[in-house]
Amino acid sequence: MIKYSETHEYVRVEGEFGFIGVSDYAQKQLGNVVYVDMPEVGDELEAGEDFGAIESVKAASDLIAPVSGEVVEINEALEENPRLVNADAMANWIVKVKIADPEQLSELMDEEQYAAFCASH
Amino acid sequence: MNRELYGKLVFELSRQGRRGYRLPDNHIPDNFTPADDTVPEIPDNLLRRDALTLPECDELTVVRHYNNMSTNNFGVDTGFYPLGSCTMKYNPKINEEMATHRAFTRTHPAAPQQDVQGNLKLYHTLQTYLSEIGGMAEFTLNPFAGAHGELTGLMVIRAYHDSRNDRQRRKVIVPDSAHGTNPASAAVAGLEVVEVKSRPDGTVDVDDLRPLLDETVAAVMMTNPNTLGLFERNIPEIARLAHEAGALMYYDGANLNPMLGIARPGDMGFDVMHINLHKTFSTPHGGGGPGSGPVGVRAGLEQFLPLPRVEKIEAPDGGEAYRLVTESTEALGAVSATLGNFAVQARALAYILSLGSEGLMQVGPLATLNANYIKESLKDDYLLPIEGVCKHEFVFDGLRDKSTGVTTLNIAKRLLDHGYHAPTIYFPLLFHESLMIEPTETESKETLDSFIEVMHDIAREARETPDVVLTAPHNTPIAHPDDTAAALNPVTTFTL
Repeated sequence: MIKYSETHEYVRVEGEFGFIGVSDYAQKQLGNVVYVDMPEVGDELEAGEDFGAIESVKAASDLIAPVSGEVVEINEALEENPRLVNADAMANWIVKVKIADPEQLSELMDEEQYAAFCASH
Repeated sequence: MNRELYGKLVFELSRQGRRGYRLPDNHIPDNFTPADDTVPEIPDNLLRRDALTLPECDELTVVRHYNNMSTNNFGVDTGFYPLGSCTMKYNPKINEEMATHRAFTRTHPAAPQQDVQGNLKLYHTLQTYLSEIGGMAEFTLNPFAGAHGELTGLMVIRAYHDSRNDRQRRKVIVPDSAHGTNPASAAVAGLEVVEVKSRPDGTVDVDDLRPLLDETVAAVMMTNPNTLGLFERNIPEIARLAHEAGALMYYDGANLNPMLGIARPGDMGFDVMHINLHKTFSTPHGGGGPGSGPVGVRAGLEQFLPLPRVEKIEAPDGGEAYRLVTESTEALGAVSATLGNFAVQARALAYILSLGSEGLMQVGPLATLNANYIKESLKDDYLLPIEGVCKHEFVFDGLRDKSTGVTTLNIAKRLLDHGYHAPTIYFPLLFHESLMIEPTETESKETLDSFIEVMHDIAREARETPDVVLTAPHNTPIAHPDDTAAALNPVTTFTL
C-alpha cells in the first residue's frame, strides 16, 4: 500500500514499517536534486512536522512526515548520489520508519486521489 | 574576439619566462642584514622559500584577456535586466562622480572626528532623508547589505523585548511568499520562524495569521508590495493585531521602489524596516556587492540601534557639527567595523539630491506603469495567475500553452540569445513555473516594446519550432553548463 500527503511525500507500507520518500510528481517539480538532508536513525518523526530537507537546482524544500514513527533506517545511497531521487523517486525512499499509529494512514490519499490532487494544483 | 585564445584563465595563458615589465635590478645583496637592530628580523618560518607562482604573460596578452573577459559580463550598462525582486535600475554616473570625489576617497575610517566632519554630515543627512522617506525616527547606515539589515533589525527587536523582560518572545511570523532571506535572518538572530499562508489573491491571509499571534511572537515580517508585486491591503489590520499581541512589525524594504515618496512604512504601522540602497537608491547591485542595508526604527527604539551612531550637535561657534556616538548601555554594539559602506551611502545621497522630492515621487508610478505595460502586453501568451494591477513587478506562471514542453527555464535561456538578462525564475515558489519580471522606472518605451516583441517571438517559437527554445541558448559564450554537477562538485581551485 502506498499513501500520499498533500505536501507530496509518500509512505509505502510494508507490515509495521513505512518507507517515506517524495513522489514522482515532486521530483519532477523540483528538478535535479543536489542534496537530501536526512534525520538520524533513532529520531522520532511526527506527522505533519518537517524531518529534513531536499535541495534541488531550483529550490530547497522541507520534508514533511506523512506519519509519525521512529526512524529505523535512512537511505545512505542518497548521501553519495542524491540524483537517485530523480532517477526513480518511488524506489529511492529517504527514510524507513516504524509506524507509530497506523490510523494516521487513513488521513492520507491513495494513488487515484493523489493523481487527481496533482492535476488540480 | 577570440575567446578560445584569450578567454581562458590568466594562469592558463602563462608561459614560463614571459613578462611585460622588468623590475629594476635589485641592489640589495641576498645576504643583506640590517646594520642595527631597529629593523626586526623576519621570523624564519615566515620567509618564502619558493618562487611566487604568479602567471607570466606579456602585456598584450593581459590586455586582450581582461578586455575579452569584460565583454562577457552583462550589466545594466549593457542591456535590459528585468530581474524580478532585484530592482536593477540604472545607476546614474553622477553618483560615481560624487562617491569618488577625492574629499571622500582620501578620508580614513579611523580619522579624528574633527577632520571628517563632511563625511559625518553626509551620513547624518542621508539617515535623515531615509527617515523622512520611511516614516521612521532614525536610521543606522552601518549594515552592509539587505540581509545584514534584516539581521540588525531583528536584533533591535530582540533587544527591545529583552529590555522589557519579555524574553519568551522568540517567534517571527513570515509569509510563505517572503524572500528566502527573511527566515534565514530570523534563524541567524536566534528566532524561530513560523510561516503564514497566502490567500488565492497572493496577499497574507489575516484569518490564518490571527491564531498565530500570541505572547511568544517577537515580530511579523512583511514585504510590501509583496513578492508577487501586490500591495498588501490589510496592513493596518495586521499591524493592529500584531501590536495588540505585543509583537513588532518588521518591514522588508526589498520592494520599496514603487512606494518611494508616496506611502511610508512608518505610517502603515511598521516599527522597524530596512532599505536596500543597491535597489531603491540606484547604487550598483550584483556581483556580491558592495551593498548597503540601512535599518530604520520608529521613535522609542533608537537607543537599540547599533553603534557607532552619528549625532548632530552645536559647534562651539554656534554652527552645526557632528559627533560619533560610540558608547551606550542599550545599543546592540557594532554590526560593522565603522559606519558601513560609506561610498555606497555617498552614491545614494547623490541620487536623492539629484532627483529631489519631485523626482523621487515619479519613481514609483513609472516603475508601476512599466511593469503593468509588459504584463498586459504579454498575458495573451504567458499565464498570469493573479489578475489585476500590479506594482513594480509581477509573476507569470510560464507559458499559457503547456503542451509544447517549453518551460520557464527554456524561455529564460532563449532570452539570453536576444541580449536580455533573464528574469527571476522559479521564485516565488507559489507557482510551478514562476517567471518574475521587474522592468524598473529607468527603461524607455522602446526597450520595453523590443522586450515584449522578443517574448512574443519566443512564445511563437515554442508552438512552431519548440526545439529552438528547448536547446537555447545558441549564441552565448557558454551554453549549457551542468548546474547540477556544479552544485554537487563545485571546482573552486585551479591547479597549476
